[in-house]
Amino acid sequence: MAFAVKDCALAAIATGVRAHNLRELRDKLMTVHPGSIYYHFWGGLLRPVFESREYMNDFADWSRKAHGLHDEALAERLSVIDPTDFEDLEELRQELVEITSVRLEESEKLRLLHADRPFVFIRSQIVIFDTYVTVAHPLQLPMAAPMMTPSSFFFHFVDARRRTKDRMDDFREWLMEYGDEFRPLIDRLASLDPYFIQLTELKEKIAGIFTSYFAGETV
Amino acid sequence: MSGLLDAYAKAAGEDTISHLRQLSSTLNGMKVVHVNSTREGGGVAEILYRLVPLQQELGFDARWEVITGGKEFYQCTKGFHNALQGNPVAVPDRLLKEFEKTNRDNAERMKDSLEDADAVFIHDPQPAPLIKYFPNRKGKWIWRCHIDASQPYRPVWNYLRKFVAQYDASVFSLAEFSQSLPHPQYIIPPSIDPLSEKNMDIPDDEINRVAEMFGLDRSRPLVVQVSRFDRFKDPIGVIRAYRLAKKFSPGLQLVLAGGGATDDPEGGAVLKEVQEAAGGDGDAHVLLLPADAHRTINALQRAADIVVQKSIREGFGLTVTEGLWKGKPVVGGNTGGIRIQVIDHHTGFLVNTPEGAAMRIRYLLLNRKKREEMGRKARDYVRRNFLLTRQIREHLTLMAGLHHGSEDRIGMG
Repeated sequence: MAFAVKDCALAAIATGVRAHNLRELRDKLMTVHPGSIYYHFWGGLLRPVFESREYMNDFADWSRKAHGLHDEALAERLSVIDPTDFEDLEELRQELVEITSVRLEESEKLRLLHADRPFVFIRSQIVIFDTYVTVAHPLQLPMAAPMMTPSSFFFHFVDARRRTKDRMDDFREWLMEYGDEFRPLIDRLASLDPYFIQLTELKEKIAGIFTSYFAGETV
Repeated sequence: MSGLLDAYAKAAGEDTISHLRQLSSTLNGMKVVHVNSTREGGGVAEILYRLVPLQQELGFDARWEVITGGKEFYQCTKGFHNALQGNPVAVPDRLLKEFEKTNRDNAERMKDSLEDADAVFIHDPQPAPLIKYFPNRKGKWIWRCHIDASQPYRPVWNYLRKFVAQYDASVFSLAEFSQSLPHPQYIIPPSIDPLSEKNMDIPDDEINRVAEMFGLDRSRPLVVQVSRFDRFKDPIGVIRAYRLAKKFSPGLQLVLAGGGATDDPEGGAVLKEVQEAAGGDGDAHVLLLPADAHRTINALQRAADIVVQKSIREGFGLTVTEGLWKGKPVVGGNTGGIRIQVIDHHTGFLVNTPEGAAMRIRYLLLNRKKREEMGRKARDYVRRNFLLTRQIREHLTLMAGLHHGSEDRIGMG
């Protein structure tokens, strides 16, 4: 019943696959390593970034950029994809292929356009390790959260959505084991969108939710 | 916590150090050896100078070996460097033979150190053939390329590839530099050490003393480029940009400062060209500094209003990181690793020509508030992304990955 705090580190690995135009992007999406789909949706949270992301995945970002496809319509459609809506990475891949195929049919310009800089497919390798810290009861969360690293929040709050049964974060899954006792806290965590903020900010927000929820209560 | 880790915790945050310790504990004191071609001068030596002690503090048996060779060996490896960055330089067979002989000799010398290591990081092309002489190697061997190899001269790359392909993995600074190779190619940008003499905080008095020593007037604007005297750094282009900007800001001063790396035989010729181009202008200072002039470089970068790195090819550009860390906007060449550091209109400006550099220098000189705002963003950006602790974390992740196969998800601990 205790919550075992884990941590993770992400390695980026070049696949050698590049796309110079929309047709190539669509075609390479069909066959690229599934770890690459993962990386381009989630990896942005763990790699060098400047400020918040405008688009929540790299495919949308490249579609929008001037040195990429410079196509706002495609960028907008790709950016609203919620990866947790899909059963697995193969389903998510199919959605990407579908959206890019439709846009190829719509736009003659995009069929001819060659990007200044190619889209470079990268895949990820995630290393997960124990911190040997456990949280025995939800009342301890306000004390435990500030001690956790941002990458630990990535593992428990973002990565969890692709590995848990109900596509939710580990905190909510754990709190649900207590029935409805922590329902308001579960709802507050559910309303936190992790995709546009940096991990340090995500950590602060989650720690803030725990602190305000349990304010006045003692372990 | 040890003194060194404690000091890094202050610069990079407790979180970061805690993360490193936990990740290290899963690798149980492995023996890690780094091999490069120079103990002093250039970005690789600077990284290893601090990375190795920090890995030791984290419980690794970490060592640093340096390959040594004669004049022809360095001529050959300089040719490789230029060719990997795209120059069509044919390297004569005579030099290739010397290159391989030097590696064979060094392999013999380093046998005890490398054969039983758990992880061997070979930096850049100079020691790349070493692997050939270790058929009974115990650990994983990783080739670390610090060069912009996005469009290499193919005959030279094909020659080097036969060595590189034997490694268990390679590391490039950017995905764009990766090549067709039969092993995983990790993407790890390099980093700076916030506690080193080159990057630590220093008092204003010291900055003033260094400025005075080189005849710089601190009441007038100053643009500084620090880098080896290498044509890929475009020092002549920087002088042209300075002259174009000076027409609008007559008090402008320029410093082009660099040291000689022991593995760069062309540095002297390029320095001469630069001195001639700057000749006759008392405000254009060309400084050849000793390899250990780290505090002097620190002071010059801090004295600058704008840091410039107008490279036309750049593996990463640690001098860009250094400038950003000191809160300076950087006008950088739109190439290689500079692109992930200079975020246009936020931490500086990316430029393609001397004219572009001149325009951005003029703009920044006119807008003090903008310079200060960019400087604040720049320092924070480096703190979050380009400090040594991040690079060590990625090395540890790579080592964990290599020792646990090629799965996407590796559970440890």
